[in-house]
Amino acid sequence: MPSHDVLIIGAGLAGQRAALAAAQAGATVGIMSKVHPVRSHSVAAAGGMNAAISVDDDWHSHAYDTVKGSDFLGDQDAIEIMCSEAPAEVMHLEHIGVTFHRNDKGELDLRAFGGASIKRTAYVADITGQAILHVLYEQLMKHHETVQRFEEWFTTSLILDDVGTCTGCVARDIRTGAMEVFTAKNVILASGGAGQCYKPTTNALICTADGIAQAYRAGVPLMDMEMVQYHPTTLVENGFLITEGARGEGAHLLNKDGDRFMEKYAPNKMELASRDVVSRAEQTEINEGRGVGTDGEGIYLDITVVPKKRTLEALREIVNVGRDFAGVDITKEPILIRPGQHYIMGGVKTDVDGVTAISGLYAAGEVACISVHGGNRLGANSLLDTLIFGRRSGEHAAERSRQMAMPTGGQAQLRHDEAMIAGIIAREKTGRRISEIKDELGNVMNDRVAVYREEAGMLKAHETVKRLKEEAQTAYVDDRGTVFNQDVLGAIELGYMLDAAECTVVAAIERKESRGAQFRTDYPERDDEQWMKHINTSVPTDADDTPRISYSPVTITQWQPEERKY
Amino acid sequence: METRKPPQDFTLRVRRYDPESGQAPYWDEHTIQLEPHRSVLEGLLQAKGRFDGSIGVRCSCKAAICGSCGVRVNGQPGLACHTHLGAALKSAKDGVIEIEPMGNMPVIKDLIVDMDAVHWKKIARVTPWLLADEDNVPEREHIVPKEAMVDVTQSMACIQCGACVSDCLSMELDPLFIGPAALAKAYRFVGDPRDVQQVQRLEDLAQDPHGLYACTHCFKCIDACPKGVAPMSQIMRLRRRAGSDHHIKDANNGFNHEHAFVKNIRRNGLLHENDLLTDSFGGKLSPAAGAFMARSLPVITRALLRGKATLKVALSHPHKAPADVKRIFDTIEARPERVEFNPYITGTDEDNAPNPPAEAPQTGPHAGQEATA
Repeated sequence: MPSHDVLIIGAGLAGQRAALAAAQAGATVGIMSKVHPVRSHSVAAAGGMNAAISVDDDWHSHAYDTVKGSDFLGDQDAIEIMCSEAPAEVMHLEHIGVTFHRNDKGELDLRAFGGASIKRTAYVADITGQAILHVLYEQLMKHHETVQRFEEWFTTSLILDDVGTCTGCVARDIRTGAMEVFTAKNVILASGGAGQCYKPTTNALICTADGIAQAYRAGVPLMDMEMVQYHPTTLVENGFLITEGARGEGAHLLNKDGDRFMEKYAPNKMELASRDVVSRAEQTEINEGRGVGTDGEGIYLDITVVPKKRTLEALREIVNVGRDFAGVDITKEPILIRPGQHYIMGGVKTDVDGVTAISGLYAAGEVACISVHGGNRLGANSLLDTLIFGRRSGEHAAERSRQMAMPTGGQAQLRHDEAMIAGIIAREKTGRRISEIKDELGNVMNDRVAVYREEAGMLKAHETVKRLKEEAQTAYVDDRGTVFNQDVLGAIELGYMLDAAECTVVAAIERKESRGAQFRTDYPERDDEQWMKHINTSVPTDADDTPRISYSPVTITQWQPEERKY
Repeated sequence: METRKPPQDFTLRVRRYDPESGQAPYWDEHTIQLEPHRSVLEGLLQAKGRFDGSIGVRCSCKAAICGSCGVRVNGQPGLACHTHLGAALKSAKDGVIEIEPMGNMPVIKDLIVDMDAVHWKKIARVTPWLLADEDNVPEREHIVPKEAMVDVTQSMACIQCGACVSDCLSMELDPLFIGPAALAKAYRFVGDPRDVQQVQRLEDLAQDPHGLYACTHCFKCIDACPKGVAPMSQIMRLRRRAGSDHHIKDANNGFNHEHAFVKNIRRNGLLHENDLLTDSFGGKLSPAAGAFMARSLPVITRALLRGKATLKVALSHPHKAPADVKRIFDTIEARPERVEFNPYITGTDEDNAPNPPAEAPQTGPHAGQEATA
């Protein structure tokens, strides 16, 4: 039975950073992921990572931009930590090998990004996430003696002892089908977001809310789940991401009349207003009949205004994406985009060290909500979030494990999970197909709980989600084997997604105002008096079977709420 | 650019293997319906979602970033998500798109191969992490030339999908060959000015009998790579650094062979294979050359018998290079330092041309219809 001081579930940026930090602090570390670590969705982060490293910059400015970007829902103590520790983190990454692009003097180059008052985004072309993820994996290979890797292991449950402390997890070796108890003094969830609850989404197929649902089911509240980010530039064709770096390099957004319509919505920042603002502006143009495309369903992103040499050097990946997935040469013609689901600001509620309500359980990265992003995350703050709070969780957990004995137990949970999987495999072929239920979920979320929301639509969405939860109980699988049975994992993931989606809908119905990514057409104003607070959703205890709502205050340190203008 | 076409039927023939069945691999066919510009992966996922959830294929991002879905489509290695159904149909031999697992790696199930057993083991072989000067860590970033970071970004762009490993001919022959992906990874450090053990790395890779000089320049990896990493080009750059910059004379005779090659072309214009063999071992009179020739007699005999080599060509090859060839050598050798030609950094002339005059974007009811391929 594997046992570690610190067990990390998920091996994207947050997980790998946590593992390296915990190992460096002297803990024994295991890191587990349902995919090979370099397949983690952090790989898709394109544009860069914010840090006030320029001599003209100051972390206070970065923090203020982040608070404003969050529409004053972000917790300012956490934001201060993230922004003040950012420069050292960038330098650390540079020292271990990240190939950040340089300026003519050989120093780190910085690019402009949305919602930022100065150029402060360090980058590697438009593959920044990939470059950092692969360098962290290089470090995991280097430190293979102190960090044990469990690649292609799927977590089925967190294990709680009699007093409700987390003592590890149960996981399935995808390659063999073997189930095992992993005992740990501390578990850090770093298993990413929930984008697959939506269709389309920029998120990978693996982003199925696993950790969010596992923590929720174990009793940890989820916070800010209503705050779902729609990225302003995703391909109309298939929902693929076009980096904000394109606008950072100077690209324009145009409606069918060829107007740079952002003048109307954000006269100062134009295309580089925060993402919620830009997505809403685009959606308004589309809804009011000024969209482009066959059915006026999109907006043009015009990258031809960026010097071609610069595009080929700094936006290489989207040149490929345009060519390979949309048949467009972005250096010669505009490309058709629209807002698309991209990120969830909400997640497992934690403090600034990743500590959750359950002793021994931490969370970091997109799975967590600290909350540094509040109502809306700024571009290039997500990589930063994963690295800063991944490291802090790893260090905190390593420290905590020093004073503890290794827990035991977990066999009951193992038997439970083995029976659960056997039950899925034994289902009669009478129910719906998993893929059908998943598609229906994605469509209803994208129709009803998107850029513009209103109560009636969301109540319908909740009804649908509740019905899908019922149907998921009997959805059947074709694969009855043990080796790489992806089918049975898909059935478990579907359950995770439905739990997360329900919390999103319930919280979005609850918040009767418009703030950040949540825009209610029935409550179009921000209402600081009533709603300057976080909404938490917790696993139901009563017969009603609907997530329980509670509230947490927003921490304000130095920036009082003000009207948000870009 | 293809214009948008309506969904159509595509038949996928998938190589299946169930390790638990005790049965041999077999072919399985499914007909799916999608637009031709959709990917083979989307086709597979439709087949999996609608007809048979047991089809095993690794996948995640669907956008050629995560590197999960390396397969062979109609015999060509690549990412399933990066291959259009329409294009795959065109290269299909009988109207059916054939999808198989990658080569050179053991199959675990269906399209899933054991990358740990081959690919990742080879990556681990090249000390795949930066060896910076730990005694002199700068307070801020290392100051390095802008171009150097753009340069290593090409090998950093590798997503570890294994497509190049799948069809590496040298690896097929010599399973211990470090291979295209791992050698490209090695260049990522050798080309990184922050790494302080570049010479040791080059020495190590040059002396390894399965290292730098085991590549036979077949270009397969360049064709296979979905990310423009051009692994073979990185291998050649490692060789230039090892040979031309650091004069590493390796036990595999790679260094001598390259020098003999250059000498041969300079003298003969066209390659004179007889001289090449002996010159690689120090000339006709060198004992090493004699020994090698003696060892190679069976190969030479077979080549003669099959007409791959003839005595006439061998003996009557002209020993005079045209003046143009000589001029090329003179020009290059007169330069004070080696100029590395890498369009990845410099861009092509077309890339560097100023932007064309701004054109009004297409508008109107049909705008965007062509925005697919």
